[in-house]
Amino acid sequence: MTLTVLATGPRALLQDEGRPGLAAIGVGRSGAADRASWALGNRLLANDRGAASVEVLLGGLRLRAERAVVVAVTGAPAPALVDGKPVGHNALLPLRAGAVLALGTPDRGLRTYLAVRGGIAVDEVLGSRSTDTLSGIGPPPLADGTVLPVGPEPRELPLVDIAPVALPEAGVVTLRVVPGPRDDQLADPDALFATTWTASDRGDRVGVRLTGGPLRRRDDSELPSEGLVRGAIQLPPGGEPVLFLADHPLTGGYPVVGVVRDADVDRAAQIRPGQPVRFRPA
Amino acid sequence: MRALPCGDAAVLFEVGTLDEAVALAAAVRAGQLPRVVDVVPAARTVLVVTEPGTDLAALRRTVAGLPLDAAATARGDAAPVEIPVVYDGPDLDEVASLTGLSPAGVVAAHTGTPWRVAFAGFAPGFAYLVGGDPRLRVPRRAEPRTSVPAGSVGLAGEFSGVYPRSTPGGWQLLGRTDATLWDIRRDPPALLGPGDRVRFVPVQDRGVRP
Repeated sequence: MTLTVLATGPRALLQDEGRPGLAAIGVGRSGAADRASWALGNRLLANDRGAASVEVLLGGLRLRAERAVVVAVTGAPAPALVDGKPVGHNALLPLRAGAVLALGTPDRGLRTYLAVRGGIAVDEVLGSRSTDTLSGIGPPPLADGTVLPVGPEPRELPLVDIAPVALPEAGVVTLRVVPGPRDDQLADPDALFATTWTASDRGDRVGVRLTGGPLRRRDDSELPSEGLVRGAIQLPPGGEPVLFLADHPLTGGYPVVGVVRDADVDRAAQIRPGQPVRFRPA
Repeated sequence: MRALPCGDAAVLFEVGTLDEAVALAAAVRAGQLPRVVDVVPAARTVLVVTEPGTDLAALRRTVAGLPLDAAATARGDAAPVEIPVVYDGPDLDEVASLTGLSPAGVVAAHTGTPWRVAFAGFAPGFAYLVGGDPRLRVPRRAEPRTSVPAGSVGLAGEFSGVYPRSTPGGWQLLGRTDATLWDIRRDPPALLGPGDRVRFVPVQDRGVRP
């Protein structure tokens, strides 16, 4: 069983839970940028928890099912058409053999997940099918004509047809932040929370660049590099913070002044360029 | 040791020295603590990443109680990994003038003392090496290079290292090796792992590609 990619849109990558636990050899975790939306697709389809899906940036994906298969579209609500007919979001979508699924551009959010019953079954690299855009580890980005193998039918059967979950926000995105580890580096500790930030158009899976500051440091002394987490808000010279996402570097040499709560990083991964962002102390 | 907050699913432990950081990371790994997803040592810190929902106060107490055995961090019994180096790097003269050694003296210092892998980072397969000749401590280049060739052997601060692939970089480059630091098809893919000892061996150019 395979799916054939007819068009990718701006960017389409395979993602799963990533590669945790490999820092000792310099490999970061990577994995789905919006883990909650990725996991929802697999739950709807009763897939194995770690099944790989397609992470679609700003819609535009078109693919053909070479045999009958069930899929689900989650995350940013890209309007989906099956053979030209509109179909539901966060819902089970049976495709007959030869059917073409096409995703339009979402009006909110950034990343849409296309999950397939059985999961995408390309070869794993270091235990994962995720593409790490920073290190280059993992399968190549999807291209027109890519043929995606689908894994065997899981034992479990889907229990629900549709999941009522909140869509990504269209207006101000408010994220809960735990201050530290280096909030003592801020000249004004309240400035992070008092500012309405704007996501720049230079964001990617490594991180979201935020404008609207600058945030001033007390001094510009160099810090020894230290470990980074997904959700870390780092303050490089220039004072425009970077909010790190799934493909963040393992370590960094600029101070991390706060860390977005793990559950909120999924929403951060859906922030569009130009969208306003507020931080709230957690 | 200080435990610094790092969100709701990690703790950053700060220690006084690199050796303490390496020993603490080894102890956390050896402790096989439940719900710990990854351990990221660096120059003065060890980041412990957990599954969401982990009791971080309990984690801080557990880590504070771990026995630190600095000797356990070096795989002293294993033979050192030998890395052949052609010492014709573009910063060899600069390092010589920074250290007051001759270029030949820099090579002798770099090859005379075995190094040890402290931690990884920066790129897959990049190992931060410590424990070499202390005369070789030099600052990074003021202007990083936009592209450093794979196999370049460099110095920065208390570290030496080998670039596994071509990347931008600011280390002072002494030479180059044809050793493959990273091969995704190899098991393990990284030539150098935590605690490994490394000896640089000077070789004449025998067709080592830059």
